[in-house]
Amino acid sequence: MRKFLFILALLFLLGSPFTTTAFAQNNVPTDDEVNAIAHKLYCPVCESTPLDVCPTQACKEWRELIRSMLAEGKTEEEITRHFVDQYGARVLAEPPKEGFFWLIYLLPPAIILLGAVVLFRSLKEWTKPKTASSALDGNRSELSVKKDDYVSRFEEELKKQK
Amino acid sequence: MFAEFGYGILVVSFLVAMYSLIAAVYGAIEKSAAMVESSRRAMLLTFPLLSLSAAALVYLLVNNHFEVAFVYEVTSRSMPTYLKVTAWWGGQAGSLLFWAWLLAAFTSAVTIRKWERDIEFLPWVIVVNSITLLFFLGMVVFYENPFTRFWLVGGSVEPHMFAPLNATLFAAPDGNGLNPLLRHPGMVIHPPMLYLGFVAYVIPYSFAMAALITGRTDDRWIRLTRRWSLWAWLFLSFGLVLGGRWAYDVLGWGGYWGWDPVEIAAFMPWLTGTAFLHSVMIQEKRGLFKHWNMILVILTYSLVIFGTFLTRSGVLSSVHAFANSPIGPFFMAFVSLTLVVSIALVIWRWPILQGETEMNSMLSREALFLLNNLLFMSVLVVCFWGVVSPLASELFTNQKVTLGPPFYERATAPIFAALMFLMGVAPLSAWGHSTIQTLGRAIWKSALAALVLTVILFITYTQNYIALIGFFLIALVLLVTLQEFWRAARARQRAQSENFFTALTRLMGRNRRRYGGYIIHISMMLMAIGILGIEIFQTETQGALAQGEQLNIEGYTVEYRELASWPDEGEGVNYTRAVVDVYENGIYLGELTPRIDYYFDSQQNMTIPGNRSTLKDDLYVLLVDWEPVSNAGATFKIYVNPLVNWMWIGSLLFFIGVIFAAWPDRDPAEEPVRAARKAHQSSAAD
Repeated sequence: MRKFLFILALLFLLGSPFTTTAFAQNNVPTDDEVNAIAHKLYCPVCESTPLDVCPTQACKEWRELIRSMLAEGKTEEEITRHFVDQYGARVLAEPPKEGFFWLIYLLPPAIILLGAVVLFRSLKEWTKPKTASSALDGNRSELSVKKDDYVSRFEEELKKQK
Repeated sequence: MFAEFGYGILVVSFLVAMYSLIAAVYGAIEKSAAMVESSRRAMLLTFPLLSLSAAALVYLLVNNHFEVAFVYEVTSRSMPTYLKVTAWWGGQAGSLLFWAWLLAAFTSAVTIRKWERDIEFLPWVIVVNSITLLFFLGMVVFYENPFTRFWLVGGSVEPHMFAPLNATLFAAPDGNGLNPLLRHPGMVIHPPMLYLGFVAYVIPYSFAMAALITGRTDDRWIRLTRRWSLWAWLFLSFGLVLGGRWAYDVLGWGGYWGWDPVEIAAFMPWLTGTAFLHSVMIQEKRGLFKHWNMILVILTYSLVIFGTFLTRSGVLSSVHAFANSPIGPFFMAFVSLTLVVSIALVIWRWPILQGETEMNSMLSREALFLLNNLLFMSVLVVCFWGVVSPLASELFTNQKVTLGPPFYERATAPIFAALMFLMGVAPLSAWGHSTIQTLGRAIWKSALAALVLTVILFITYTQNYIALIGFFLIALVLLVTLQEFWRAARARQRAQSENFFTALTRLMGRNRRRYGGYIIHISMMLMAIGILGIEIFQTETQGALAQGEQLNIEGYTVEYRELASWPDEGEGVNYTRAVVDVYENGIYLGELTPRIDYYFDSQQNMTIPGNRSTLKDDLYVLLVDWEPVSNAGATFKIYVNPLVNWMWIGSLLFFIGVIFAAWPDRDPAEEPVRAARKAHQSSAAD
């Protein structure tokens, strides 16, 4: 009896890889599994519409292709690579970080950083207390303030006369 | 007959605008008031002229004149009359005419005002507006003529304005019809709203250019165009929100904003326009940043033209389509030329645009406003580059790339967070000077309360740290802003011995711009709740169901009951409508009816969701597919979009805020004069 149970267990263990494979083949991927991958892809025709929500027939077929590739046991990476190989980097939601495409990622932060540096330098410059060497500038700005006061008073008078 | 009339009037309008331009330049240089007046009257004439031309086009659209190419492209016999009218802006040529017509209307409204104090601006305002008008009229007269007709020439049909030799007029029995996606009420008013916003921004720009050319460096141009900027901003915002609502209702992807280049084209002038709204206050209050305001208004104008170019030239689908489009290169040349000339004018006037005072503190309100401008510009940089870099990639590497939402979200989220923080701090800072201590004293109570709320949310709602940072900032801004209302109203209540609500309404009425602005800040935070909800907490599921089967998501159960499909020949549509029953935790909530409308003439589907909307979340059900004969099975996609309704509630409050701020009130400076005049008249009558 013990021997029988042992053989049974052995058979079960040996058979398990086959049963799993058979199960995987029958296990049709769910719509959610397909959409999770499709959401990160764009077809070359329907610009700016992710594959998971695109209503066109072509995109429907792409989704079915993803489903069958998933059913074959392919990983998300393999499926994505298949589409990139077939249609180019444009199927990805973002271009790969390589070569010319680095510019796409690096330029905005570089410009923003430059803007921030310029702004803070200017702010510092503007808020710096006046030193003796810039007395002349101070006088000039004082003059302009006085002049502007005069202009605004003059404008007020004109307004009253109207 | 109507086509020739419409086109003839277009040509006359072009010539009149040309005359107006020449007379204005001549009048300004020779200081001839008569010539300036003549140019003003010519400019005033463009509006009735273009209205006639537009009326001819609308007549052709409504009466199925399919011999006209534009009518054939955008209408069909089955379309209701109101849609035929709105098809005016549903296609390229018509929308360019619409642009020109609006500009003529706005320029007329501006030139009709009394100019006594600002008469030196007048000719240059006309010059700038007539150049813009000429550009758009040139497009429709020479390249995108909405009155072009079909002619049968030797067996083939060709589009021409006038009859070629031995040709007969050809009219198709029916037209193509407007793209069904554009037949939604939101889409009917979305483009005119965007265009109203776009075109209204030309007015502040024209005054800015007039100020530069005449060398008048005070902030008069800003004061004169303050309301134009605000209304332009309102229309542009309204257009953007309507576009979002339309996407949510008919595009069937469960969201309202997809960072599509067409959306970004309208968003970019909004960004500079918003920065401008804040920045002009510094010039008005402190006489600072005159250069910067000029640059902002120039950028806004350029982005308005650039946005129209992006959506109209076909450049987005491919740079090659742009090169082949008859108007693309002209648009590009016009944007570049106006930008270069405007910047050259700023450089020319740089020395006389110096600030009138000095900045005193890095934490003063003007410094924080400047920081706000930097942040808006940063979002602009991301958006601009996001739109342009795929074109650059195609041009230089011959490889097309997509820049989808992840790129924009990652880049802009921290900037928006910083903007929210500023929105919380800036109202507490003072003009001229603020310190960490004064700001800290003003903010600590609100910050502490916001922190407590965030901790409560952490315990009861979410552990997502990005969401928690977002909710903290939202709470901070809301509390600070409400506290500002409270503090000021209480102070007035004590000073004037009024009751609280009288004090509050009078306070707000006296300072519309400030409190309108605060209402807008509150509305933005409500919208931010909706954005956080859908961006971070959206969940979805999809599945094929047999009748009676269910899909479960976030406590909801959606059960497929039935499906029916029927054609409506009159409308040219086939409707397929499913009925699903919705339960929440076992309790029956009602039915939803997602459907797909198939338009015969354009062979296009439109996916209309069944949506159950509450303040907590939206249950958004889409019909994806079905078994055609038996209707026994159907595939549904279901989204749960938490808090998204706050987006629309915030939008409504936003419009109330802008209208409150922009509502015309009497210029206080005029009141004593008017009172004196009245007194004088009554004494004369005695």
